[in-house]
Amino acid sequence: MRRPWLVAALPYAWLAVFFALPFLLVAKLSLSHTVLAIPPYAPQLDLSKGQAGIAAFVHELGVQAYGRLASDRLYLVAYLSSLKLAAVATAILLVVGYPIAYGMSRFGPGARQALLMAVILPFWTSFLIRIYAWIAILKPAGLLNQALGALRLPPAHLLDTDAAVIIGLVYAYLPFMVLPLHAVLERQDERLIEAAEDLGCTPRQAFWRITVPLSLPGIAAGVLLCFIPMVGEFVIPDLLGGSTTLMLGRTIWTEFFADRDWPMASAVAIVLLATLALPIALFQRQQSKVLG
Amino acid sequence: MTRRGPTLFNRVSVGVGLGFLYAPIALLVLYSFNASRLVTVWAGFSTRWYQALAEDSQMLDAVWVTLRVGLISATVATVLGCLAAVALTRSGRFPGRALFAGMIYAPLVMPEVILGLSLLLLFVALGVPRGFWTVTVSHATITLCYATVVIQARLASFDLSLEEAAQDLGCTPLMAFVKVTLPSIAPAVAAAWMLAFTLSLDDLVIASFTSGPGATTLPMRLYSQVRLGVNPEINAVSTLLIAVVTVGVAAATLIQRRRTRA
Repeated sequence: MRRPWLVAALPYAWLAVFFALPFLLVAKLSLSHTVLAIPPYAPQLDLSKGQAGIAAFVHELGVQAYGRLASDRLYLVAYLSSLKLAAVATAILLVVGYPIAYGMSRFGPGARQALLMAVILPFWTSFLIRIYAWIAILKPAGLLNQALGALRLPPAHLLDTDAAVIIGLVYAYLPFMVLPLHAVLERQDERLIEAAEDLGCTPRQAFWRITVPLSLPGIAAGVLLCFIPMVGEFVIPDLLGGSTTLMLGRTIWTEFFADRDWPMASAVAIVLLATLALPIALFQRQQSKVLG
Repeated sequence: MTRRGPTLFNRVSVGVGLGFLYAPIALLVLYSFNASRLVTVWAGFSTRWYQALAEDSQMLDAVWVTLRVGLISATVATVLGCLAAVALTRSGRFPGRALFAGMIYAPLVMPEVILGLSLLLLFVALGVPRGFWTVTVSHATITLCYATVVIQARLASFDLSLEEAAQDLGCTPLMAFVKVTLPSIAPAVAAAWMLAFTLSLDDLVIASFTSGPGATTLPMRLYSQVRLGVNPEINAVSTLLIAVVTVGVAAATLIQRRRTRA
């Protein structure tokens, strides 16, 4: 195409205004402080005063929000627990998702297509509803404890705990782990396994030496695709976790809606973003490689 | 090449995996037909929660808002996504391509809370009152990235020489695109629209940040009810939503399969 920028111009401009610009605003707001007004932060940039207005605005910016962030242990706890819960859930997803994806790749083309559809379908149904379904299962008089009772086993207190959050994360993100793994495993040349076995590998050795190393791009994609959004997850810790389950996504929500502390919410968002910058960059490199 | 069939272990892991994915949804659907108000105690078959739903005007308003937001935002996202996909696959290097690609891929994994907060700050800074249009624009922005990826994957495998042939035969570049390329990537465009629509239908976090009075979407309404505890009316709405999505996805798959065969 002779004038590519003409095609790119519209989506480019749209994303610049509605995606890039807002991030600058979050960064700016994290340097502001709270006031009792609408909107509830100061300073406001007054362009009508020209250079003096800008100078006064810049002068009033400060790092108070970050100072409070560093001094309050609660934020550190939320930060670490976000990373921990997301890491644990990602590890479980890999262990649970790999056999599923691998199993799917062994079926014939027709069955494989149907199985793929079956894994994707829950993703199309509402996230909120799927998490809601777990409340009825995990609550004290819920379906899980009824089943345990019928088997004469002691009841489990899961709702409002970190364990419930991990169950919810694993459940909601399972398709995001299985699909990239399956995409890689499905394309694998089976003759490689046969060759390995001809050369004296047991099936188990062939799996660990051939299948797993060759599926590493799928593993990387699945891990990033699950881990990054899970760190900032809001709905799952809010509905399934207890008041002690602190995660950054929830912290931002509370600071914003309950405490109306917009600068603090922005500062937490910036910290979260800085933490995720590296994994997001890795994910982008991978996407560009796949899509060319 | 002979593919080895699935072993017992393969069958069991796939079976257990699917069971885990579907059991909670099946229970939710089952209990929407429960006569009791208690969601976890079975007291016989009943459709009373569906009747209650039909009289819940707040819920119906929310459905209507959600559908309109979804239709408009998905359409905008698909058009922009199509342009973005063409720009990314066809135009080689242009100034700022890396930034452009970055802005397309970042929202796919960015925590929703951050996206919602940043969009809200934009609307506050611009002095735009929050409501129907701010949610719609926000949804269009996020889903545009998903639409781009879906269309881009199809465009990458499209044979460019077909379009060149059309141009040799006298088409302008635009006409060649509309008459040759577009029909061939139509299934991907349709899939992109469906994905954008579903994501919009489903979104709670971004809508909560960017919505205002009079523009409560269905997930926002459901969320405020869920926070008060489980209730069979939510099961009924959920079941209807699941039914609509299942029928839609099944229909889309069948259409696409028939096309690829023909």
